Amino acid sequence: MALLRAVLSRLLATAVTLLGAAAVVFVAVRVVPGNPVAMMLPPGATEEDVARLTALYGLDRPIPEQFLIWAEGVLRGDFGTSITARRPVADLVLGRLPATLELAGLALLIAVALGGLAALAGTRWRGGRAEGAIDVANGAGLAVPDFLWGLLLILSLGVLWPVLPITGRVNPSLDLPFATQFYLLESLLRLRLDLTLALLSHMILPALALALPLAAMIGTLLKQSLKETLHLDYVTLARVRGYPERRVIRREALPNAVLPTLTLVGVQFTFLIGGTVIVERLFSYEGLGNMAIDAVVNRDLPLIQGIVILFAALFTAVNLVVDLLYAVLNPRLRHG
Amino acid sequence: MTINRRRLIQAASAVPFVGALPAMAQGIEELVIAYNVTLPSWDPTVGPSAVNPTIQGLYQSVFDQFILQRPDLSPAPGLVTEWGWNEDRTQVRMVVREGVTWHDGSPFTAEDVAWSLARAADPATGNPIQFIWSTLANVRAEGNVVTADVARFEPTIFKWMTFLTGYVLPKAYYERVGAEGFEAAPVGTGPYMVDSFERNAFVRLKANPGYWGGAPEFETVTIKFVPDAASRVAEVESGNSHVTLEIPYEEYDRLREGGGLTGIAHPISDIGMIFLNDIPPMLDANVRRAAAHAIDKQLIIDRLLSGYGVPIDTLQTPEYEAYDASITVPYDPDMAAQLLAASGFSPDNPVAFTIQTTRGFKPKDYEMIQAIVGLWRRVGIEATIEVYEIAKHYELRAADTLAPAAFYNWGNSVGDPTTSTGFAMFGPSPHSVWDGQDLVDMIGPLWAEADEAARIQGWKDVDRYIADNALVIPLLQYVQPILAAPGVVVTPHASGALLPHLMRRAA
Repeated sequence: MALLRAVLSRLLATAVTLLGAAAVVFVAVRVVPGNPVAMMLPPGATEEDVARLTALYGLDRPIPEQFLIWAEGVLRGDFGTSITARRPVADLVLGRLPATLELAGLALLIAVALGGLAALAGTRWRGGRAEGAIDVANGAGLAVPDFLWGLLLILSLGVLWPVLPITGRVNPSLDLPFATQFYLLESLLRLRLDLTLALLSHMILPALALALPLAAMIGTLLKQSLKETLHLDYVTLARVRGYPERRVIRREALPNAVLPTLTLVGVQFTFLIGGTVIVERLFSYEGLGNMAIDAVVNRDLPLIQGIVILFAALFTAVNLVVDLLYAVLNPRLRHG
Repeated sequence: MTINRRRLIQAASAVPFVGALPAMAQGIEELVIAYNVTLPSWDPTVGPSAVNPTIQGLYQSVFDQFILQRPDLSPAPGLVTEWGWNEDRTQVRMVVREGVTWHDGSPFTAEDVAWSLARAADPATGNPIQFIWSTLANVRAEGNVVTADVARFEPTIFKWMTFLTGYVLPKAYYERVGAEGFEAAPVGTGPYMVDSFERNAFVRLKANPGYWGGAPEFETVTIKFVPDAASRVAEVESGNSHVTLEIPYEEYDRLREGGGLTGIAHPISDIGMIFLNDIPPMLDANVRRAAAHAIDKQLIIDRLLSGYGVPIDTLQTPEYEAYDASITVPYDPDMAAQLLAASGFSPDNPVAFTIQTTRGFKPKDYEMIQAIVGLWRRVGIEATIEVYEIAKHYELRAADTLAPAAFYNWGNSVGDPTTSTGFAMFGPSPHSVWDGQDLVDMIGPLWAEADEAARIQGWKDVDRYIADNALVIPLLQYVQPILAAPGVVVTPHASGALLPHLMRRAA
């Protein structure tokens, strides 16, 4: 019951957050310099042409009225029409969302795997050279931002040793028999492993670029938590019982040590999704982030609003899932 | 030391190159181009992409314009093979090419031309150049001839038919599938047909074997949208793409000299300039003229743009019809100091104003303005640099609230003086910054001048007046860097459009 109340309360808070984000973004994109009509004015346009185009895109009305019209449309599932692509915003953003989710999901998997392994190895061989090397690697991972990792990966594995493609989501010459935009998932479900490999070869570099800073964060925090947990009485008891150190770390210490890391992963995952904006641009990956930059450059107001609302919904959803997972995994919260 | 992309790439270039060089053209079955912009919409006549000069190369691969534009900007027969006015300039007449088919196999007719012109003139479609197309009315087709009444005489109407939004679209197909259907499956008469398109990712083109201008050399062309310059460099360096454009000049030189790639650096119709606003202190002619004479344009081009640029003294480049080599504004710091002294200014008592500029929108834009401010300081001008986004520039310019000086680039892909000096300097235009009545009076009669020789001479006179009074400071004509794999011959286009059908294998 307490859990249900918590969920309902979070859902309500989420709705308020989204409404607030929508209002802020709506006003912000209209008051910052640069309007789409000015961007598309050709040489020789007259004041009448400016007025005609402004009216055509509904930008001649007061901002509150524009917001109400937009909000009314959103409630009907209509997020407006992109000024540049001339297609419904909902179609555009939902069409790109799967690409970004798959990239972020793969990056998260890599980050958890790399960070987890680094933490376990560092704990297992704590105090030795191996831990020192892992600490140095974690330090580098934390110090270098994702876009810089992206550039280093492009230069190393794309240019100097060209073993992986450096742009796009898939080879343009491939015929994709997919019904959805979740290419990676669908290729796995259809057992088209050739396509899975082709997709992964394009995704691996941007996913690594996104994953490395998060992996370093996970590795550092989890190792610290593991070390602290290893000093607790129940772990000492496990050692007294004669369990090998590997089992003590994995079976006894890890379940408790993982909780703070889980919260961190949740929070950082939202940053990771935010990081896709620059990394997708760098790798010309056809996701939401890449589209967001074009929308901002072209002052495509309806598209900017749609993307930001979707990002806000993603962030709040991830936070909600993390909170729920934490409640489920933490016995103190689970039992009130 | 700060690490940035350029330094990283330069560092990487020091490492022995172990990657595969791009394939020789003879071995290329599918030409891959790393393009610098994405394609938001397939309708070349509506929305912001319709007036984006860089995107025109993509449109011109699939669609034909009413009138073809040769790489040197001169007009040539296209879907319209003959064109002109009647004697009293009350009608236009166009002869339409016969034997052309649309990509879906249906025949191209004069009806398509008439419909495209009427649609472009209709304010409801949102064509940004509607104000030009609406100078023609009552467009009608008879046989292979299209005629229209002249609602307002526009001497450049046929030039616009080679320029922004001047494309012929398929009437029957568009009416059948609608705007959304057209976006999903565009049909043109151009040299290439759209095979597949992934928004923000790539477009794959198949050669139109029956193209009226001859089948293109490369059967399949994939254009990847790679907006990041460093990624485009990596694309050609790794051999993943055969051709790219608009990369930093340093990278261009490095890859051309040591990277095994062919370089093409060609002046295009984009210029860099400094708008001067008719507000203090620019109302003082001595200040304006001193600012113009104190800039060593060649030095800036050599030092900042690796020599890639052509200094200009009017808003016309040498390719334009109204270019007049005799109009010059020489670098003369002594004269600049004397002019300023006449107005009571000196390095110890400088005239102060703000200059606005973008940073990274055009190659070395901010650095150029830094250098200019340095040159100005020597003669008695203390300018403060204000950086803004290009969107902000458009807004300020439309509202006529730019700073006393503002850096901008201007494109003129038809080469006509109306679209350079005209729109940039005619007070009533929302694009102009200097609004002096003297200039308005000089330019006004030229808009409708029917005598072509008199019209061009009139614009030359305007340019001379502008240069003598320093009402704007033209800086340079940009040079577009293109890199290609060995054996791929690229024909550059002065408009800056990169056209796959003008590429071929080396003999």
